[in-house]
Amino acid sequence: MTHSEDRSAAEAHSDRGHSEDRSAALLEVSGLEVVFDGFRAIDGLDFSVEEGELRFLIGPNGAGKTTLVDVITGLTRPAGGSVRFAGEELVGRREHDIVRLGIGRSFQTPTVFDHLTVVENIDLAASVGMGWRAMLRRRRGIDGPVGEALETVGLEAPADRPAGELSHGQKQWLEIGMLLVQDPRLLLLDEPVAGMSREERTRTGELLQLLCQSRTVVVVEHDMDFLRRFASKVTVMHEGKVLCEGGVAEVQANATVQEVYLGRPERRTEEKTTPTVTTTAG
Amino acid sequence: MKPGSHMKPGTARRAAFIVVAVLLLASPMLVSDFRLNLLAKYLCFAILAVGIDLAWGYGGMLTLGQGVFFGIGGYCMAMFLKLGEVGPGEVPDFMSWSGVEKLPPLWEPFASPWVALPAAVLLPMALAAGLGLLVFRRRVRGAYFAILTQALAAAFVILLVGQQGLTGGTNGLTNLRQLFGYDLADPANQRIMYFVVVGVLGVVFLLARQLVVSRFGRLLLAVRDGEGRVRFLGYDPVKVKVAAFTLAAGMAGLAGALFVPVVGIISPALLGVVPSIEMVIWVAVGGRATLAGAVAGAVLVNYAHTTLSEQLPSGWLYLQGALFIVVVAFAPRGLASVGDLLRRVRGRTSRPDTVRVPELEAA
Repeated sequence: MTHSEDRSAAEAHSDRGHSEDRSAALLEVSGLEVVFDGFRAIDGLDFSVEEGELRFLIGPNGAGKTTLVDVITGLTRPAGGSVRFAGEELVGRREHDIVRLGIGRSFQTPTVFDHLTVVENIDLAASVGMGWRAMLRRRRGIDGPVGEALETVGLEAPADRPAGELSHGQKQWLEIGMLLVQDPRLLLLDEPVAGMSREERTRTGELLQLLCQSRTVVVVEHDMDFLRRFASKVTVMHEGKVLCEGGVAEVQANATVQEVYLGRPERRTEEKTTPTVTTTAG
Repeated sequence: MKPGSHMKPGTARRAAFIVVAVLLLASPMLVSDFRLNLLAKYLCFAILAVGIDLAWGYGGMLTLGQGVFFGIGGYCMAMFLKLGEVGPGEVPDFMSWSGVEKLPPLWEPFASPWVALPAAVLLPMALAAGLGLLVFRRRVRGAYFAILTQALAAAFVILLVGQQGLTGGTNGLTNLRQLFGYDLADPANQRIMYFVVVGVLGVVFLLARQLVVSRFGRLLLAVRDGEGRVRFLGYDPVKVKVAAFTLAAGMAGLAGALFVPVVGIISPALLGVVPSIEMVIWVAVGGRATLAGAVAGAVLVNYAHTTLSEQLPSGWLYLQGALFIVVVAFAPRGLASVGDLLRRVRGRTSRPDTVRVPELEAA
C-alpha cells in the first residue's frame, strides 16, 4: 500500500527530479513469477532499487538472477507480477523501448559487433535516437562523447580495428564503453568479470566504479573479492526468491545464506564464493 | 611494409569505378549490337543483384523471392508497352486469343506512363514492406525467411500461369515492340536503352554505396551479426530490416522494368523459384557484402551462361551447380576471396611470419 502512495506521489511531480527519487524506488519489482516449462525460475519475487544505488545480486546457480535481469530488460515475459521503472510499467514492452527509457545491460559473454571496428561499435551505441537523415550520412571523424568513451575504456589504439580481433577483456571494456556513451539511468551488469584474468578484473573494477558514479547500477556477480571492493548493499537470491538483503558483512554472516551456499550438493561450482563466506563468518 | 607501395583504398576504389564506367560507356563502340543488347540485359540483372546484396550480403536476409519483385516491375512495364500498341477499345493480341474482349480494369491504369513506371518500382516496394513488417516483427529469420520468400515466388508463378487472359499465362507478355513510339528493334534505340540502363545502374550503385558506408549501413551489418544485441542498444531491428528489404525489392522492380524494353519479353519462366535462386548465386559468386562483387557476379555469371549455352547447351546447369558448390565450400566471399587469397600469398612470400598486428608492424 505504501508502494501505491509512493507512486502517486512520484507521478504528481511532472519533472523526473530528485523529489521523486527520494520518495519512490527507481526500480520496483513486485510479485514477479517466471515459469519455464513448469519450472518456477522466479517465484513471487519482490525487489526494489533506489535511485543512485549500487546493488549486488548474488545467489547460487539457478537462483534466478539472470532471469530477473532478462525480465527487466524485456527478453523474458513473466507469467505474472509487475516491473516498474520510474513509474512506467516495463512488462509487455519491447526490448528497444525499455532501453530507450534508460535501462542498459551487459551480458555474461561480451557481445560486440565483430565485423564493425571498435569506434563503429561505440558510435552505433551513441547514435540511438538519431534522425533518419543523420543515420543516412557517413560518420566523419569521432564525435566528442564517442572519443571520451574510447579514452575512458582505453581502446584508443585499436579504435579502427574490427572488434572481433579484441581479447575477451577488451571486448568487455568495449561493451562498457558502449554503455557509457548511452548514459543509461539504470544499468544492469550480468557477471562483468566472469572469465577474466586478474589484471583484467582490476581494470574492469575501476571502469565499473567510474560507471557507477552517476547512475543506478545492479550487478549480478559471483566473485566475492570483487563484491567486497564495492562494499555496498547485497541482495541474495535463492530458488527464485529474495533470501536476504543488507551490507556485505551482514549478508555473509547470515546463517541461511551460509546454508544455501554450503549445503547445496553442487558446492564445487560455488568454490570461488564458498570459502570467503566461511572465513568472514568465522 | 614499404610505405607508399599501396594506394589508399578509397583512391583505388574510385579509380576502379571510373575505369568500369568508361568501359561501359565505350562499349557501344567496342561490341556488336547483339552483344550490346546482351550486356544491357546483364546490367539489368546487376541492378537487381545490388539489391540482393543489400538485403542478404549486408542485412543477412536470404531472399529467395527476388524474382517476384523483378516480375512485378517487368509486368508493369510490359502492360504499358502492350497498351501502347493497341488502339482505343482494342485489347492486346493474347487477350483476344483467350476470348477476352474488353480490357480488364486491372490493365486500364497501365496505359499511362505516370502510373506504369512508378508502379514498377513502388508496387514491389509496398509488397516487400508489408511482407517484411509481418514477418520480421514475428522474428522469422534465417532458413524460415528464405523458405517463405521461395514460397512467394512459387505462388506468384502459379498466379501468373493461371490467369491466362490477364497475364498471358505461361507465355507471358511477348512481342513488345515499342516504347513511347520508338521501335525497340532499331539498334539506335537499343543503344539509347543501353545508356539508360548504365545510368540507372550507376545511380543505384552509388545510392547503395552511400547507404552501406553510412551509419545505417553499419547498423544493417550489426543487425545481420547480432539482431538481439541491436535491440539492447535501443534500435528496432524490424525497421532496419524492412527498410533494406524494401529497397532491395525496389531495385528488383526497377531491374524488371528496364529488362522488358531491352529483351522484349517477360514471362513466368524468368522469375520463378529457380531464377530467384540463380539471382542469389550471382551475388554469392561475386561476393557477399561487396557491392562491386554483386555487379561483377551478375555480369560474369550471365555472360558465362550465354557463352556456354552457345557452345554446349546442356552444360550450363552443371557448371552453375559446380560454381555454387565451389563458392560455398572454398570461397565464401566469392570473387572477393580471390583477392584475399592473392594478398595472403603475396604477404607470405614477403614476410614469413604471418603476425598481422598493426602496432607490431609500426614498431
